[in-house]
Amino acid sequence: MFPLRISGLCCQPNGRTVLDGLDLELSGEGISVILGANGSGKTLLLRLLAGLLPADGGTIRWGGAARPDGRLAMVFQQPMMLRLSVHANVEFALHPQALSAAERNARTNHVLARVGLAHRTGDCARLLSGGERQRLALARAWAMRPRLLLLDEPTASLDPSATEAVERIIREIRTDGAKVLMSTHNLGQATRLADDVVFLADGRVQEHESAQRFFARPQSAAARAFMQGELPWRIAFEH
Amino acid sequence: MNMRQRNSAWLIALTVCGSAGYVLLADCDPRLLEIVGLSLFVSLSALCIGALLGLPLGAWLAVSRFPGRTALVVALNALMGLPSVVVGVLVYLALSRSGPLGSFGLLYSPTAMVIAQSALVLPLIAAVARQIIEDAWQEYAPEFSLIGIGRLHAVGLLLADCRFSLTVATLAGLGRAMSEVGAVMIVGGNIEGYTRVMTTAIALETSKGDLALSILLGCILMTIILGLNVIAHALRTWASRRYG
Repeated sequence: MFPLRISGLCCQPNGRTVLDGLDLELSGEGISVILGANGSGKTLLLRLLAGLLPADGGTIRWGGAARPDGRLAMVFQQPMMLRLSVHANVEFALHPQALSAAERNARTNHVLARVGLAHRTGDCARLLSGGERQRLALARAWAMRPRLLLLDEPTASLDPSATEAVERIIREIRTDGAKVLMSTHNLGQATRLADDVVFLADGRVQEHESAQRFFARPQSAAARAFMQGELPWRIAFEH
Repeated sequence: MNMRQRNSAWLIALTVCGSAGYVLLADCDPRLLEIVGLSLFVSLSALCIGALLGLPLGAWLAVSRFPGRTALVVALNALMGLPSVVVGVLVYLALSRSGPLGSFGLLYSPTAMVIAQSALVLPLIAAVARQIIEDAWQEYAPEFSLIGIGRLHAVGLLLADCRFSLTVATLAGLGRAMSEVGAVMIVGGNIEGYTRVMTTAIALETSKGDLALSILLGCILMTIILGLNVIAHALRTWASRRYG
């Protein structure tokens, strides 16, 4: 499944070029954080990797193969919650894995305990707070034991304590052996979590560096502007 | 009118109709009870058949993509407004002695009325279920696809997820079944003590000039239909509080 090699990836949703010949190579360990301004294609890249959208050009190779041979999970910014119990919202995702009912139940209870929702297993998932919903979505993905976990701005609109809880879970999932690829706007979060940073601008990867090097000395002008809060729309407005 | 006032209005209307019906029922005419009982039996049976077939059909249509699907959806939506007399004629033709099901001898029986009402209710339940489930499907499809949920499993999950909205759709089907007159008149024949239901009895008694009985039956029918709407409304309110 790894290394994941993306070459010349192009995508033009609704006729607008968002990804324009993107090249990227990712190893199978650690947390990679995708940074970039709004509209730079972070979510689109994750959706293309998840196979939810077809690319208009380019190739994605998973350890040399056209399809991933390991399991892949994704947590969306607004995760789906069925009008069922917290337990059922995790357990249904294990049905395609040919586990026995006892195994599904045990694994569900285990991940719910690890995300701190063991006391709410019988509650309706739709009544959870935003932070709890995101933890439940992570539990669902974690229970699937993915080789690659894609996270689309998992802490957008969460308060600091809920964000801290989600970040702790992401670190634990990495420790369990999953590769994590996540997008975020939050530079503080990227600093706390990232092993390496992928910076997107103009439809391409402008920089792919270790987190330490990226935050110490961004190489591209776009990344420096982004770090200083000078978002592209502002640059365009001022010039 | 706010929520509290609307609930009060419903309750008053229900009480007035219910009271009128029950005052007149005080005489407890056995023929009347028989008519009400048969109406409930026929309509509830038709509802069960319509729901058992219509809900999975609607769910399957919601998650499936195949050539001709749009035409099928449009046809199903059109069938919601199918005139009951047309259904009555079609079922009559099918069940009449020279029809394909004539050998079963079902014409002018409660079974024929159940068949006709099922044919009326099924498209309504299937079409409403299709719309409700398709809305949910559009929200859930990306995650279901990533998790690897198959179509059959997705149908089951969506039916469970939308169960409260679907219950309301099903109750709407019961309202349609209980209030129709044309189809049961044609295939049932309005035979006293055998196939006479509330709607056909109302039509007959009005034409005979027995308005008191017509009004009584009308009140009972209205009470049942209003009751169904109150139940549907209460269920929706409770479900949105309990399940979000």
